[in-house]
Amino acid sequence: MSETDVIDAILDRHRRDGTRLMQILRETQEQLGWLAPATLTRIAVAIDWPRAKVEGTAGFYSFFHTRPLGRYRVLWSDNITDRMLGNADLTRMMCEKLWLEAGRVSEDGLVSVDTTSCTGMCDQGPALLVNYRAVTRMTPQRVEQMVELIRNEAPLADWPAEWFAVADNIRRGDILLNNAMQPGDALRACVARGPAAGKEASSNDRSWRETVVANPGPALALEEIKLSNLRGRGGAGFTTGLKWEACRSASVADGDSRRFIVCNADEGEPGTFKDRVLLTAQPDLVFEGMTVAGYVVGATQGYVYLRGEYRYLLDPLNAVLARRRAQGLLGRGIAGQAGFSFDIEIHLGAGAYICGEESALIESLEGKRGVPRNRPPYPITHGFLNRPTVVNNVETFAASALIALQGGEWFRGIGTSKSSGTKILSISGDCLHPGIYEYPFGVTIAQVLPACGARDVHAVQVSGPSGICIDETEFKRRIAFEDIPTAGAMMIFNDQRDMFEVARNFAHFFAHESCGFCTPCRVGTSLLKNCMDKIADGHGSQHTMNEIFQINRLLQMASHCGLGHTACNPMFDTLKKFRPAYERRLKTLDFEASFDLDSALAQARQMTGRDDAGSHLETQS
Amino acid sequence: MSRMNEQQVFLIDGRDVPFAPGQTVMQAALDAGVYIPHLCFHPQFKPHGSCKLCTVKVNGRPATSCTLPVAAGMEIESETAELKDKRRMLLQMLFVEGNHFCPSCEKSGNCKLQALAYDLGMMSPHYDHFFPDRPVDATHPEILLDFNRCILCELCVRASGEVDRKNVFALSGRGITKHLIVNSESGRLGDTDMSTTDMAMSVCPVGVILKKRVGFAVPVGQRKYDTIPISEQFGDAPNAVLEQTR
Repeated sequence: MSETDVIDAILDRHRRDGTRLMQILRETQEQLGWLAPATLTRIAVAIDWPRAKVEGTAGFYSFFHTRPLGRYRVLWSDNITDRMLGNADLTRMMCEKLWLEAGRVSEDGLVSVDTTSCTGMCDQGPALLVNYRAVTRMTPQRVEQMVELIRNEAPLADWPAEWFAVADNIRRGDILLNNAMQPGDALRACVARGPAAGKEASSNDRSWRETVVANPGPALALEEIKLSNLRGRGGAGFTTGLKWEACRSASVADGDSRRFIVCNADEGEPGTFKDRVLLTAQPDLVFEGMTVAGYVVGATQGYVYLRGEYRYLLDPLNAVLARRRAQGLLGRGIAGQAGFSFDIEIHLGAGAYICGEESALIESLEGKRGVPRNRPPYPITHGFLNRPTVVNNVETFAASALIALQGGEWFRGIGTSKSSGTKILSISGDCLHPGIYEYPFGVTIAQVLPACGARDVHAVQVSGPSGICIDETEFKRRIAFEDIPTAGAMMIFNDQRDMFEVARNFAHFFAHESCGFCTPCRVGTSLLKNCMDKIADGHGSQHTMNEIFQINRLLQMASHCGLGHTACNPMFDTLKKFRPAYERRLKTLDFEASFDLDSALAQARQMTGRDDAGSHLETQS
Repeated sequence: MSRMNEQQVFLIDGRDVPFAPGQTVMQAALDAGVYIPHLCFHPQFKPHGSCKLCTVKVNGRPATSCTLPVAAGMEIESETAELKDKRRMLLQMLFVEGNHFCPSCEKSGNCKLQALAYDLGMMSPHYDHFFPDRPVDATHPEILLDFNRCILCELCVRASGEVDRKNVFALSGRGITKHLIVNSESGRLGDTDMSTTDMAMSVCPVGVILKKRVGFAVPVGQRKYDTIPISEQFGDAPNAVLEQTR
């Protein structure tokens, strides 16, 4: 099959639909290795988009490449938890053995080694991706074996299967992770709850949707969600019932009454991996929650936006969807109800943290660059394809399914008065038992720490880099919307850890993940990274720290979206709580020139082969 | 009977500004002759709010004035020391992320970035320069592209797409590596259907898209912003006389 045949087959499979560009690009790259200029032209012509727009999408995502990056592409996860497990040494070792510089392609075009943002394997790192397949628990032995396999050009299928094993590590389950619900239970409960007056009369989907408002079944299911006081699990905590209701009642003036349900599984916040486990251990619960949402708002199509790092979950999840279709839980006539139609498709991302922001996610779902939209209007009225769209986190949908089955009153009895239900925590870092812990809301940090075997804890980063860093004086605080809200990450640092390096790692993360749309975030995150590197290099001063605060104020005030607003949090928190970690790196607490005369002579020294005292301007004291 | 023509107003820096329903703060302000600094806004295009120069405070909270719909009674702060300071920082960021050498730039005097920097009293770039590597594109017989000066306002993208219907420009990359690209497989402007009569030719606020061989037809010193600051001749308002130097 020629390259053009490969591309055309993929294009045909996606009906030459530009909104499916992400999947077209990914599948093409999987087969052809990279996205060559002629490939992009061919795709652009087929979907009838300007070529530059296709190239713009391809250039936005870390996992698409418009130049060849080797037949083997190794990307080391570079979250602080991977660092703490020694990924830097392993990366260096791999590069040395491959005679390679990180970030460069080998001269024979065989392999490239680089780093990538957290791959969501923090409880089983150091982790990496090889050709976008997740590998966990790297060791020096594995690096050696991997280098051999790469040198011998062994296909990935022949690599040891255990390298690709991803453990769930569920350490504590509660209502979500311990549920015994059978597939379809929640949907049958929804349907049984209310008579479906007026619905049987509907002979097609459109009239079914138009009767939704008068139809008591969905309305009663919505009442349960509202009664439960369920709030979004992605971090922002918007009340789910209100979101669904707003989407359900959004007016559609132009006769196109489609509505959409989108599950946000773009779990990009470093340190978070609970959605991966939910989708592995409880996929039915998640899909059922999405179907309940479809039933409530009158949507017939749902999408799971799965982060590119979880590519390995695509086939198992599609198998679950196929089974649910066969069981009559997806497709037409769900749970025996004529007119109750809903289906789900998995959309794979391609390495962009920003797509966790719901409007950027929708842009990406439409095949575009993942740039957050201006709001209002919000997705509940103008979402996917400009239609009313519910975007919820994986865990929110899972909880919704349980609420649909067991009722809002039951759910509200769990947790605290303002934060009902449970929260799944992804715990990693300095503890004996990293993994997944589900607790009712209201649990204190101090309760969680001993449970996961953490000792001598110095700091905990809750909800990832964009969240909050707390020190030991705050361990009495609770995981709850009214105290510490969280999307689920808890990274633990013991008293041997350097909190400056933690913050520096996060600064690099934000600079790498800024979408670049607005000036303050695009440039500011890079300036912050440079400030942190300057301090790390021993050239920082009080002035550098003041700069960080200044940039923080600008980002807070002028950024386009939450990424910019929170990009300074790690520096801000650690500067407040762990200031000595910064100050001991400053030569003086006063002015320090950023230009180092002596190091400027390094090249001259190298050229002349000198390194004696006379070739240095000053000697380190 | 109520007076139909009674216009609703909102406040900018304590001054009453009338507005028509559906207008943004920026549109209403410019129509009323009140200047709010901006680079990515242009009255002909749907605002997208990326440069953030027009950040103001609305009832005490920061907002982007080009995308913010006006409501009666809104109290906008714009010309405050704090906001001017933030705008200067944004300008400095734009200067250091690209390669801007005003003395040798043929757009000097007609450049909005430069004019705003003068207007806001930006005395230095303040931050370390990024010195990005951005080769120029001289492949088109009549047009030169100097990407070194691009501030990513997307005005050429919008003009070429919405008005010229050619889609000559788009953005690629992400974050600090975001950059302007050209709609051809070679990546060269010479291989596109761009022409000097396109609107995309005239919207660049800085010196990226330049017509060849006319660079210094108007000498430095006699150019648009050489004597009158940008805040006193913001030709973007639909009714304004001054717009565009060709």
